[in-house]
Parts: sequence; structure tokens; C-alpha cells
Amino acid sequence: MEREAIISVRGLRNQFGDNVVHDDLDLDVWRGEVLGVVGGSGTGKSVLLRSIVGLLRPSAGQIRMFGIDALAADEETRIAIDSRNGVMFQDGALFSSLTVRENVEVPLRMIPDLTPDLRHALADLKISMAGLPWIAGDNYPSELSGGMRKRAGLARALALDPEIVFLDEPTAGLDPIGASDFDTLIRGLSQQLGLTVFLVTHDLDTLHATCDRIAVLAEKRVLVTGTMSEMLDVDHPWVHEYFHGPRARAATDAKDRTG
Amino acid sequence: MSDTGSVSADVQSTEHDDRRDLTLSGVLTVQTLARLHPRLDDLTAKRTHIDLSGVERLDTAGAWAIAKMQQRMSDAGYSTEIRGADPSHADLLKTVSAALPDIPDRKTAPQTWTDRLEHVGRGVAAGGVFAMELCGYLGLFLARLGRSAIHPRDFRLTALVHHCQEVGLRAVPIVALMAFLIGVVLAFQGSAQLRQFGAEVFVVDLIAISILRELGILLTAIIVAGRTASAFTAAIGSMKMREEIDAMRTLGIDPAMALFVPRILALLLMLPILGLIANITGLLGGAIMSWIELGISPAMFRTRLIEGTDISHVMVGMVKAPVFALIIGVVGCHAGMKVGSNAESLGRMTSAAVVTAIFAVIVADALFSVFFAQMGV
Repeated sequence: MEREAIISVRGLRNQFGDNVVHDDLDLDVWRGEVLGVVGGSGTGKSVLLRSIVGLLRPSAGQIRMFGIDALAADEETRIAIDSRNGVMFQDGALFSSLTVRENVEVPLRMIPDLTPDLRHALADLKISMAGLPWIAGDNYPSELSGGMRKRAGLARALALDPEIVFLDEPTAGLDPIGASDFDTLIRGLSQQLGLTVFLVTHDLDTLHATCDRIAVLAEKRVLVTGTMSEMLDVDHPWVHEYFHGPRARAATDAKDRTG
Repeated sequence: MSDTGSVSADVQSTEHDDRRDLTLSGVLTVQTLARLHPRLDDLTAKRTHIDLSGVERLDTAGAWAIAKMQQRMSDAGYSTEIRGADPSHADLLKTVSAALPDIPDRKTAPQTWTDRLEHVGRGVAAGGVFAMELCGYLGLFLARLGRSAIHPRDFRLTALVHHCQEVGLRAVPIVALMAFLIGVVLAFQGSAQLRQFGAEVFVVDLIAISILRELGILLTAIIVAGRTASAFTAAIGSMKMREEIDAMRTLGIDPAMALFVPRILALLLMLPILGLIANITGLLGGAIMSWIELGISPAMFRTRLIEGTDISHVMVGMVKAPVFALIIGVVGCHAGMKVGSNAESLGRMTSAAVVTAIFAVIVADALFSVFFAQMGV
């Protein structure tokens, strides 16, 4: 597999007042992979995600996306980059005054000369691909359960067939069945659509089930990256604890049993 | 992806006796869908071979258009066959076909007279329920107030003092300024009219009666309704939204006792005081303007005020204050408890609380006027 870095972060520094969250952080995301980003609470996983998608301007460093310097880009280039990204926020971040279908239609409105009927039909397709029944399209976000909101958020993130999807804690707060469905969904979509997935998670089962590669954030930088089996051999105490703790063992056992 | 101008999708169809050869090429994406879909939609149902070997790029929107056409053909009993597709494109087509939602036709029935009548009926019924609920909240407040008289330990004095400061003290500047300006306006307008009859001195009666009887307390109540009803709704509503009210209930704290009683009681205590301040500053503004405009000296204004204005006018004004306070407080608390789990309902209920409170205050004032007129006060 050719290794084209679709995102490349170099020397990233994020600082809030005196609190340095990232210092000299380097990270590469290869095209077509599912990268899981893990780290303890407060290690700046979400901050990293927000810096890459452009919601937060880092104090220093370089972020290249699709080979373009995203931080130096002018407004037009930035919009072009954003249109190739899809972001699913933790609780879906759906617009509460719009129905689910209208939410999914929002990015589709950017496409010139797409008729309302086509937009409608495409939104229904995305909703169905995200694993929601089509009838959910008429509901408002407040009428949906947490899991359905996440799926609706994913449907909106996928509306324009982005090349990269950023998922912030996609399985947090879901029941095990819903979470494992979501893992399958992400894995399936990434293979069928050739998506690159940047996944921030705490869920070890998700890491096992979906990720090609894992990046561990600790000590203000990306400590190690590698596959799950490589992670198990890392010596760093936190990484060892994370991947060898009782929950990690349970997840590994489950993975072994199911093959 | 941003090369919107140059991308194009090409559709070529060759008709044979028993089948059609359809060649799709170019970029079949959401950008070209608006041109691609109508052309595929125009094709009559027929056995079709679809050649995708010339497709440069395919996304879910393009795949949707193809899958939709295939579905249409197969519904009409004709088979379709995909040829020369890139493996990833074939995969995508399969995924999209599988996900194609099966949506029954939605028909919206036209609105009939019965529907409209039903809307009106539902509106009236909802209004009745709303009035009942407000009465319920008033009763709840009175019951809890009674209980706190029996069990003074349940009463939250600190909260009461805090709300008195928020509702009363902080509102003094705006209420005083408003009443002062109303006094000025009355003196100015009144003098212009009364001067025509040479009855300038009656401007004192005009100012005194209109401010003491009506305007002082009514305008104070309207300002307080805007300030405080919205604040009550926002505070209680955001607690409701974040399940804090439910948390209080599970901890054995009565939300009515903890939230409603201090707020409404503070309003009940503060609104008469604010009304009094409005009366005084209103008269002050009127007096100053009369002095400047008509040359009625403050001493003369005072004499005329004491002679010409009965104390009953002040009483008529002040007696409304507690009623207005109850209306504003109950409406604000009720709207707060009606907030749902989303931020949108918080905004909607806050503005609804202000509108309802102001409206109800004016209606109550009108009823008072009718009552006092009938009683001859």
C-alpha cells in the first residue's frame, strides 16, 4: 500500500495561558487508514482534533492536509479543505431547530444547482447508510436517543463524501451492542468509501475492531504510533497500563474469541 | 475536488432491439449529479448493460443515481448489468444499493375546514390548560409559603435576600429613570394642551393622578416583567435542562420551596417598593418640567398636589402591585419548568414568559380599572 500522508502535523504547539497542551507534536495520517488516537484525560486529544480541522489556531507548528499548508491557507483554500473533511462531534452537534434530514441537507446546500428533491433523496440515502431508519429523518434531534444522534451526526459528516472523517468519541455513551454496531459501521464505510478516519476514542473495543493504527498522546506529544500488536510491546508505563489493564485484557480476549 | 467547472459526466446510450448499451464516463459525483440524474431518469425501462469502464470518479451521489435507475428498471421487470466497473466502484454501488431507503410515497393531504377548526379547538384547549397550570403554580406557591410559615426552618432566607437584591435593588436605576422621563413627558404634553384653556395649573392633577393611579405601577410592572420574568425562566429553565431539578427531587429538596418561594416572594416584597420609587421620581420629573415649562414653582406644585389629589389614588395604584408581582413571578417560574431538554426550548420559553407576563399585567390592569370604576373609587 502506498503511503501518502493525507494529514501531516509537524512541531505542533498548543498553549492556553501557561498550560502547554501540545509541545513539538508530530503526527502523520496515511490515506485510507483508520487512525485511533488515545490518551489520558486532559492530554489534548480533542484539542488536536480541533487544531487539525481548523477550529483552533495552534501557537506554533505546521499542519498540512492533502499536501496543502492548512495554517497558511487563505480563506478560499481553507473552505476547499473543509469541504473535503467531515467532522462528527461527540454528541452529534446537530442543529436543534432542524430535522435530521434538514441537518444532513445543510452541507448539500453548498452544491450549486442541486434540486431540493435530489437533496432530499441524497439525505435519505446518507441517513440510511448511517444505519438509521429513514423515518428518523423527520425527527428533531431532541427526539432521538444518544446513539441515534451520533448516527445522524455521522450522516451529516458524510453528506459530501469527504475524504477524511474526524470522529470524536463515536462510541462514548452507547450501549455495548450499539457501540459494536457503530464500530462495524465505521469500518465498513471506511472500506467501501475509501475514507480516511481520524478517531478519538477511549473505547478499547473500538480500537480493536476498527483501527489500522493507533497513536498514543502522552507527555504533550504523540508518544508512539503503531498497530495494536505493536502497542502491546511498548514499554512506556502509561501505554503499558493502558493496553495491559484489566479492561484491555478483556477487550483483547474478546477479539481473540471472535477471531 | 474544487475543480467544479471542469468536471463533467457523460452519458451515451445505444439502443438495440432487445437491450440498451449505456456508457457512463467522466466524474459521477455530487457535483455533477444535477446534470447526470435527469438524463438517467429520462431513460425508458429496458434491459440495460451499463458500462462503467470510463468512470474516473464515483461517489455515493453518483452511485445513488445509478442504483436508483437500476431499481426503476428492475421494478419494471428488466434486468440491468454493470460492466467494466473498477472494483472499488462496484463495491460502492453494492453498498449504496443495499442502503437505498425504501420510502413509501408521502402525500400531504390538503388542509380542510375540519382541520382548521381542529386547530382552533386545540388552541383554545391549550389556552385553557395553560391558565389552569398557572393557577396550579399559584396554588403551589401559596401552599409552600404557608408551609414555610409553619416550618420556618424550610424557608430559605439567604435566597430570598439574594433575589430581593436582584429583583429590587438592581432594578431601581432603570425604574427611577423610566418614571422620571414619563413625568417629564406628561408635564410637557399636558402643558401644551392645558395652556389653550389657560388651565396650566391643572397639569399637576394630570401628572399626579395618571402617575399615582396608573402609569407608575403599570410601567414598573412592565419593566420588571421584561427583566425578571425572563431571568426566572432562564435560571429555572437551564436547571431543568441540565436535570438539576430532577437531581433536587432525588435529594429530597422540593423545587417549589427552593426555587419558586424565594423568587416570587422577593418579587412580592420588591414590586410595591419599586412602584413607590417610580411614583416619587415620576412626580419629581413632572414637577421639574412644570417649573421649567409653566413656571409652576415646586412649592406651588406641592400645595396643588396635596390639595387636589386624594390619597385614594395612591392606594388604587399600590394595591395592584402585589397582584402584578404574583402574575410576573408565577408566569416566569411556570415557563422555566416548561423548558425541555434542548437549548432551543429555553430561548422560546424565555421570550414566551416575557410576552405572557406583560400581556397578563396589562389585562389585570384593565380589569382593575373596570373594577374601580364600578366601585366608584
